[in-house]
This record gives sequence, C-alpha cells and structure tokens, in this order.
Amino acid sequence: MIETTSQADISLEALRAGDRAEFARLVDAYSAPIYRLGLRMLGNEQDAEDVLQNTFLSALTHLSNFEGRSSVLTWLYRIAVNESLMVMRRGKSEVNVDDTESSDETIEDLSPSQFVDWGALPEDELLSAEGKQALDHAIQKLPENLRMVFLLRDIQELSIKDTAEALGLTESNVKVRLLRARLSLREQLSIYYGERINQEKTND
Amino acid sequence: MTESTHSNCKSLLGSLSDYVDGELGAELCREIEKHIAECEDCRIVVDTTRKTVDLVHASNHPQAGLPDEVRDRLFKRLNLADYLKPPAQ
Repeated sequence: MIETTSQADISLEALRAGDRAEFARLVDAYSAPIYRLGLRMLGNEQDAEDVLQNTFLSALTHLSNFEGRSSVLTWLYRIAVNESLMVMRRGKSEVNVDDTESSDETIEDLSPSQFVDWGALPEDELLSAEGKQALDHAIQKLPENLRMVFLLRDIQELSIKDTAEALGLTESNVKVRLLRARLSLREQLSIYYGERINQEKTND
Repeated sequence: MTESTHSNCKSLLGSLSDYVDGELGAELCREIEKHIAECEDCRIVVDTTRKTVDLVHASNHPQAGLPDEVRDRLFKRLNLADYLKPPAQ
C-alpha cells in the first residue's frame, strides 16, 4: 500500500516539462482516492481500475491544458468523473451529470416521510458490519447525478467549491443535490433502523 | 408539533445541509434550534440527518490504499514501470 503524500510536494513545472519521476510521484500521491471514487461510482474493481488507468493516461496527455486554477487533485477528479460516466454509458443508453430533469434544482418535493428517532442508537450498532452494509446499499441506490455529488463531497470530502469545479456545476446546484442525496440516505436508513428497532421491541 | 410552527418546517429543510456542516449563520442556527425545540418531527429529521452524515464520515475512515497489483498494472500502462520500486530512502 502506498501512502498519499501532500499536494505541495508535486511540482507542476516539472510535470509540464515531462519529468517522468515527478509524474510517478503524482500517480502515487493521488491514485488511491481516484481508485476509491471509481469503486464507489461503478461498484466493481475492474471498472474502477479502467477509470484509474484512463484518468492518468488522460492527465498525461492533457497536462499542458491544465492551468492550475484548481488543485491538481480536483482536476484529476474531474477527469475521473468523465471517465466513470463513459464506463456507465457502455452499459446504459443515457447518463448525464448535467441532467437537471431527474434531479430538479429545487427542494420542493423533499418532504421527509420517515420520523423514526434512530439517532440515539448505540454507535457499535450503527457502525456494525451490517449497519455499514445498509449504508453502502443506500449509497448505491442514489441516482447517478446525486451520487456523484455525494461521493465527491461526503466520501472524498471535497469542499462545495471543489465539488462544483470537478463536476462543472454551480455551487448552488451542488448544495441542492447534496441535500437531496443526504435526505434520501436519511430516509433509507430510517426505514432500515426502524425495522431493527421494531424487531428488538418484538424480541423483548 | 403545533400548527403555528409547522409552517417553518419546509424552510428549515433548505438550511439543513449547511446546518449539519456547521456553515449556517448564527441567526439562522438560532431559528432552527428554536423550531426543533417545539417540533418533534423536525428535531428527529435534524438529528438523523446529522447522524447519517456522521456515519458516512466514520465508515469512510481509515481510507484504504491502492492494492499493490493495481499499482503495478497502472505504472506499466503509463510506461512508468522503471519507477515501480520506490527509490531507496
């Protein structure tokens, strides 16, 4: 396993000058988060590896176009998101991160329907293997355009600004989609933990 | 939950993400806290949304590195095989 080094260590100048050793350091610094994003996005190792390889191949080709306005990592995420979309399109006819039709940039229809008070359950139950599986399952069920925002912001822990940059969206779009994603996960987890709480009551 | 406060539930929803991220202004925070003290449904929504985000963050650490064989294949694909072995320290 290779540890991620800090971004400040990578010299953009050396990269642009074609310094292969520096590119190798860039790859070691950022390949793990890019691979994790692909895994979360696509759900299997083979596709995640394709995205990983194509992202760095594309970065190598387009280094001269990188203006350095965003961080290198945000730029790599942007490439990786596009590569992920291409892999998804192989299997489906239509996926579009800019699709506003199914995401709606409003919060009108977001009214919560689940009011189970599971927040006070013990941590070891919430973070059990089964609990984590329920969470992963709920994330996989998010529509792609929400999942993409959610993964960059809450899983890869990018700022709202960097998430917007990586996806080519406005910050307010990112915020609305993030809210929709979080509320959707909350609903699904409420159903899951609601059933658990009911079971425990029945067993008592 | 009373009728008079229930009209605030919808406007609370729009500020929810910023609130759980700690990025909401003090005045709006006070409004939300006042509302959820009176509205049990909203109190639950706020608590469980915060918990959802906490769980996502908690389940996300420690972060796994890149498997060695994936790194090997990546370096070969990028014609960087001669850099595969990290230089001796």
